[in-house]
Amino acid sequence: MTASIADDLSRLEEIVRKLEADEVELDAALALFEEGVGRLRAARDRLTQATLKVQAVLEEAGDLRLADLDG
Amino acid sequence: MALPYSQTPISPTDEVWSVTELISTAKQVVDHGFMPVWVRGEIGQCKVWPSGHWYFNLRDRKSQVRCCMWKRDAERAGSPPTDGSEVFVLARPAIYEAKGEFQLNIYRLIPTAAIGRQQQELERVKAALHKDGLFDPARKRPLPQFASTIAVVTSTAGAVLRDIVTVSRKRWPCATLLVLDARVQGGGAAGDLSHALGLVNRLAQVDLCILGRGGGAREDLAAFNSEPVCRALARVRVPTISAVGHETDISLTDMIADLRAATPSAAAELALADRREVLRQLNDLAARLAGGLTARTRLAAERLSRTADRLETGVSAALDRHREMADRLAAQLDALSPLRILDRGYAVPVAPDGRILKRRADFVSGAPFRLRVTDGDVRARVE
Repeated sequence: MTASIADDLSRLEEIVRKLEADEVELDAALALFEEGVGRLRAARDRLTQATLKVQAVLEEAGDLRLADLDG
Repeated sequence: MALPYSQTPISPTDEVWSVTELISTAKQVVDHGFMPVWVRGEIGQCKVWPSGHWYFNLRDRKSQVRCCMWKRDAERAGSPPTDGSEVFVLARPAIYEAKGEFQLNIYRLIPTAAIGRQQQELERVKAALHKDGLFDPARKRPLPQFASTIAVVTSTAGAVLRDIVTVSRKRWPCATLLVLDARVQGGGAAGDLSHALGLVNRLAQVDLCILGRGGGAREDLAAFNSEPVCRALARVRVPTISAVGHETDISLTDMIADLRAATPSAAAELALADRREVLRQLNDLAARLAGGLTARTRLAAERLSRTADRLETGVSAALDRHREMADRLAAQLDALSPLRILDRGYAVPVAPDGRILKRRADFVSGAPFRLRVTDGDVRARVE
């Protein structure tokens, strides 16, 4: 889940750089902008709505199993 | 002049204490007068009672003191000491009220010979790990910028986990903590810890591993100095943080891990990005995104309107389409206010060739220009 925040941030940097450098045609610029707004919104939502997950790793007959722990 | 004590008579007004009052007062003085201290001495008359408690004397050439080690502490210490052996004890002085005796309550007992052995063993392990290059600074891996799943190897009985959870919740609540319970002191600790570290490599998804010690006696770092634990830590496939000692205690795992943290809370802070910082970064990007688009669309609209004077409907259709798209996107930008700057009463002066007039020198007396306002253009001329 957080990996995609890293993706979002680096993609947003790239989009902003392209828009600022005036590198792309208008159609492409608008599409980039639209994508940027979507990524911003998604990243913000993830950061403000998440709750920490705490799980115990248990070993049973050689297999690993996760069980929720009370944080 | 007062009489010497040997001749002091008792008078009806003298205060007389009961034995219990006397001893309990002495007990208070002794109980509150000492912190636990390390004492070195020789064992004598050691007796193991059926209750599991140990009683012995600790002596040196001049003095001796009664000692009592309660069952729980005795069990942790292993086998009872032999008479005549020399030991270090961590003890708290106390008064045994029933007998009015001064005694030591012993929490820990370590044969002095064992300290020598421990030191030797530590040096041996250190040399072996060094030989295999495990202390090589080039081995140190950087921590991931956004760790999401973190394996925590520690005893769930201690406060370590609670501290890590508290910090993580505040800093980066989209994380997942995977907890691998292991004893951190005593006989089984080294085995538990190396096993748990081995399991970390079998977890499907994990970005980082914290090895933490909690609830243990501060001076008992043995497990974290053991060779199997150090090697298991070195084999963990993801970057590792060792949060084992206090500021002042360094264990071998601290030297093997990619990073050492003074406390488990500090480990969590090093491990996780700070949500507030990232939100600030996102706000920054939002502002730049809006600014970038505003500049970009203005430029394109200006180019198109110049061409539209000369060309027919195809271009004006394209222009309409672009304007429509720009309008639609601009409407999404509630939070990204730079687009709304014209709404607030600002105007942009534009030369007939489309240049934006920014400085006094750009305005030539008598020259025509247009003022772009929120709902369109106004023709104007420089006075």
